[in-house]
Amino acid sequence: MIWRVGNGTEPQDLDPQTVSGVPEHKLIMALFEGLVAENPRDLSPEPGVAERWEVSADGLVYTFHLRADALWSDGTPITASTFLRSYQRMLTPALAAEYSYLLHCVRGARDYNEGRLTDFSQVGFRAVDDRTLQITLQARTPYFLKLLASHYSWYPVPIHVIEKFHGLARKGTAWTRAGNLVGNGAFVLKEWRQQQILTVARNPHYWDRACVRLDEIHFYPVENQDTEERMFRTGQLDITYELPLAKIDVYRRENPAALRTEPYLGVYFYRFNLKRPPLSDRRVRRALALAVDRESLVQNVTRGGQAPAYSVSYPGTAGYSPRARLSGTVEDARRLLAEAGFPAGRGFPRLELLYNTSQNHRIIAEAIQQMWRRHLGIDISLRNEEWKVYLDSQDAMNFDLQRGGWIADYLDPHVFLEIWASSNLNNDTGFAHPDYDRLLAQALAAPDDATRYERYQQLDALLVEELPVLPLFYYTNVRAVSPRVRGYHHTLLDNHPPKYVWLE
Amino acid sequence: MLRFITSRTLQSLLALFVVITATFFMIRFVPGGPFTAEKAVTPEILANLEAHYGLNKPLWQQYLDYLGSLARGDLGPSFKYPNRTVNEIIADKLPVSAELGALALAFALALGITLGTCAAVYRNTWIDYTASAFGMIGISVPTFVIGPLLVLLCAIHLGWFNASGWYVPADRVLPALVLGFAYAAPISRLTRGGMLEVLHQDFIRTARAKGVSEFRIVTHHALRGGLLPVVSYLGPAVAGILTGSFVIETIFTIPGIGREFVNSAFNRDYTLVLGTVILYAVLIMALNLVVDIVQAWMNPKVRLEG
Amino acid sequence: MNLPGAAAPAAPAEAEAGSSLWHDAWLRLRKNRLAVFGLWSLALVTLACVAGPWFSPYGYEEQQLDLGASGPGLRHWLGTDTLGRDLLVRLLTGGRVSLAVGLAATFVALTIGVVYGAVAGFVGGKRDAFLMRVVDIMYSLPFAIFVILLMVMSEEIAKRFNFGPSWRLVLLFVAIGAVEWLTMARIVRSQVMAVKKMEFIEAARSLGYGRRRIIFRHILPNILGPVIVYTTLTIPAVMLLEAFLSFLGLGVQPPMSSWGVLIKDGAEKMEEFPWLLIFPAGIFSLTLFSLNFLGDGLRDALDVRSSKD
Repeated sequence: MIWRVGNGTEPQDLDPQTVSGVPEHKLIMALFEGLVAENPRDLSPEPGVAERWEVSADGLVYTFHLRADALWSDGTPITASTFLRSYQRMLTPALAAEYSYLLHCVRGARDYNEGRLTDFSQVGFRAVDDRTLQITLQARTPYFLKLLASHYSWYPVPIHVIEKFHGLARKGTAWTRAGNLVGNGAFVLKEWRQQQILTVARNPHYWDRACVRLDEIHFYPVENQDTEERMFRTGQLDITYELPLAKIDVYRRENPAALRTEPYLGVYFYRFNLKRPPLSDRRVRRALALAVDRESLVQNVTRGGQAPAYSVSYPGTAGYSPRARLSGTVEDARRLLAEAGFPAGRGFPRLELLYNTSQNHRIIAEAIQQMWRRHLGIDISLRNEEWKVYLDSQDAMNFDLQRGGWIADYLDPHVFLEIWASSNLNNDTGFAHPDYDRLLAQALAAPDDATRYERYQQLDALLVEELPVLPLFYYTNVRAVSPRVRGYHHTLLDNHPPKYVWLE
Repeated sequence: MLRFITSRTLQSLLALFVVITATFFMIRFVPGGPFTAEKAVTPEILANLEAHYGLNKPLWQQYLDYLGSLARGDLGPSFKYPNRTVNEIIADKLPVSAELGALALAFALALGITLGTCAAVYRNTWIDYTASAFGMIGISVPTFVIGPLLVLLCAIHLGWFNASGWYVPADRVLPALVLGFAYAAPISRLTRGGMLEVLHQDFIRTARAKGVSEFRIVTHHALRGGLLPVVSYLGPAVAGILTGSFVIETIFTIPGIGREFVNSAFNRDYTLVLGTVILYAVLIMALNLVVDIVQAWMNPKVRLEG
Repeated sequence: MNLPGAAAPAAPAEAEAGSSLWHDAWLRLRKNRLAVFGLWSLALVTLACVAGPWFSPYGYEEQQLDLGASGPGLRHWLGTDTLGRDLLVRLLTGGRVSLAVGLAATFVALTIGVVYGAVAGFVGGKRDAFLMRVVDIMYSLPFAIFVILLMVMSEEIAKRFNFGPSWRLVLLFVAIGAVEWLTMARIVRSQVMAVKKMEFIEAARSLGYGRRRIIFRHILPNILGPVIVYTTLTIPAVMLLEAFLSFLGLGVQPPMSSWGVLIKDGAEKMEEFPWLLIFPAGIFSLTLFSLNFLGDGLRDALDVRSSKD
């Protein structure tokens, strides 16, 4: 049984500690497994390499009990010290792992990662014995287990193999090549032909091998959406990475069984540059936000089943839905704009909306440009930049308005709210509100989720009030999936543990 | 002759040096670096990353380092694909592009020469016009239109080929056709011109008078002389096919060097950009050198100009 | 449309007025059906692009989101795109951009190439050898690659020099023009070399005319033929290059759009909304066809040899 998967771009590498990106994530999910794994239906933490775990009363110390039959695909046992040495490698400054900050919630991890601490034994990882691992956190991190389950930066790596290739402090050694790579996931790497195909086959040493039904998975790197869709149609693929916009209606009409449009835990928004007038004026931001017809946008422009966004947080993230909601009419928008000194848009400077070069972002921007012109009488010009240039401009806040998006790494409302803290590197709006930072800290320290979510409600209310960003819609994933594919359930993070997938 | 070759080679090396230097500094001038990512990393991690790849050194130092390793034939590691070196990527991808290019050229020659010969033999008749018009399609319709159209027709409706990829021999057909088509028109034009000239010469008339069939005259007598202009066009054609293959490679997801170059420019994969640019420059220069030498050999007067 | 045969009787009248070289060429051109067809369709397309948008009831940016993509009909002759914008008016305004890119970039190439080639050919000797060696070296650069790098870099250039939104178009002219001048320079130089040896130049020189006068009054007019032919053939090459850059997302930017951008958009939706591809690709190809036919016709009419490049 072979599952043929369209997998976007060519993976950079297969080292869980040095890659970033969605195609890599999908591969690593097949090849590696963390302490905690994800339930295929709701992504809740379930046993992985650890068969059970305990959390101390103060929420700071996590103790994991590893299963006795946890083995690498070459038969080497996985012990607590494997994890210890994996995390040490991840935090080694010379390795320069991009995602190392995800481990910074562990006591001393940040200091070690940034070179202020050189003795790893002072970092909050401890091997109590071969099968017991203890992790001590810096502060309460209510979403810690979810992070552990969903993010590959927490997966163990085969130190005994990496050492052979002198890769402990170096990226890109040959250990990840076919024939060398050793993993602990349900599948092992069989073949990797760059820009062509990457094949994984069943791992005979995997502890839960009885559950695995697929013999092989073939991952095809296909960057071009149209090409990919044609490959699906000619039967070269069982599942696509995405689906071109124009094809959605066709599939709805002709092949509804293969079309999957599923909510995806992410929000699409426009950042305001609060440091530039007139956007520094809250009334102007509110006017712009109210003059957008989100219903029309998702129905006529994005057309992929997206839900209009009236708040920043995604409704229904791990039981949390924001009560705050952006509301008001176009008349309100006009009134606010007039109050701000621009009646009927007169005298409003020609602002620029920055987006990255892409057909989809362009048509959304063009549609919104028209809405503002029609409803508010203002002209916004569009500026597109190639991806890296655009990111550079975002970082330097070299924009008036900027298209942005945020996709969650783990299933918790915290992901959408933390980025608007004044110190967050992804804020990039100039939004710095002392109340916001204080409430966010309180949320993390909250003793239980109910209290924590109450703080999040206040944060969302503050965001709707201040509007440093203009939320537009919540993402969906749109792809073609052959009806033969089973065990591939919808999950909000779009994680689909491949060990549960089979074909009919 | 030896002096000519030596001086041309030296000139090419000088040009290559200019290309390397210009590209090195140009790509650094472009905003965004190889590690610019959507989810911003902390300044400390960024500093670690830059140190890992030696990007924290002064630019001139990096430039000298690069030239040093280049002299040893080492094009450095790729930033985007850390477990591959640029040498490996090129060794992996160049044969694919070369194969695609060779097939495309073969197709272009076959089509172009046939069309050009027909046009010349039936000069100023509807055959001439049709052949010219057909050839013109190749240089008037962008490949990214012809490509998907052919896929739609031959792969999806007729089911003759795969929609894309580079796995089985049949996968070579569509991309080679589309890429070669654009070069058929100039070849056909040159063939037509060359053939017309030859067909008016005395030995052809003699052959005709002797009663040799027209078909035989064309294939056995005229074609050899008529194709001379095409030979001089081969250099630019090969260069064009090589550097123009990235669109085809993208449409058909072919693992070739053209796609690698375009992606590396977008990824700011500095070493891979440089590596591919150097590769293209060397290939094109070598081609020009060969063409020059052949021309000098055929026409001694050129040597004086060298 | 005027048939070549029908126009024939007018020829003798013109023969008395015109100088023989250009007149003969004109006559030969008129006999070439494809070239005449090219001339006419080119004139029509240009006229439509320049004047057409004024007569359209729709603006090229005007959207009707609830209408979306609709096929050709009475209200929208060529249909609308996915945002409900009238395709005809977008096509015509896009044509302005494409034709402008083609003409302007060719003009850049023409200017540099002619001046450079003429100077090299005229000064001759070592200086000529040096100038031509520079051209040879530049020929060996992978220029398609440099144009891509340049367009990727364009953002930075804009930021540094604080250019307005249309600067990118200008950069496009310059980038493409800078690539295309090389062949022009070679052609002009070899023509100048040939013309220079002719008797009337010797005569002008012996009369003591200055160099500048000789170049511009005597040599340039004589090399016009090849230059015209090559120019006609450069325009479609430039337009095609612009389309490729658009395919890579490096071409003209919205709200403007060029034929290249429209074709790229249409190619993505060709199965669902075929008119979005058929009309832009059709008019683009027609224009390129026409230019190529015209160029070929001129080449034959002016009896220009192409073997030099």
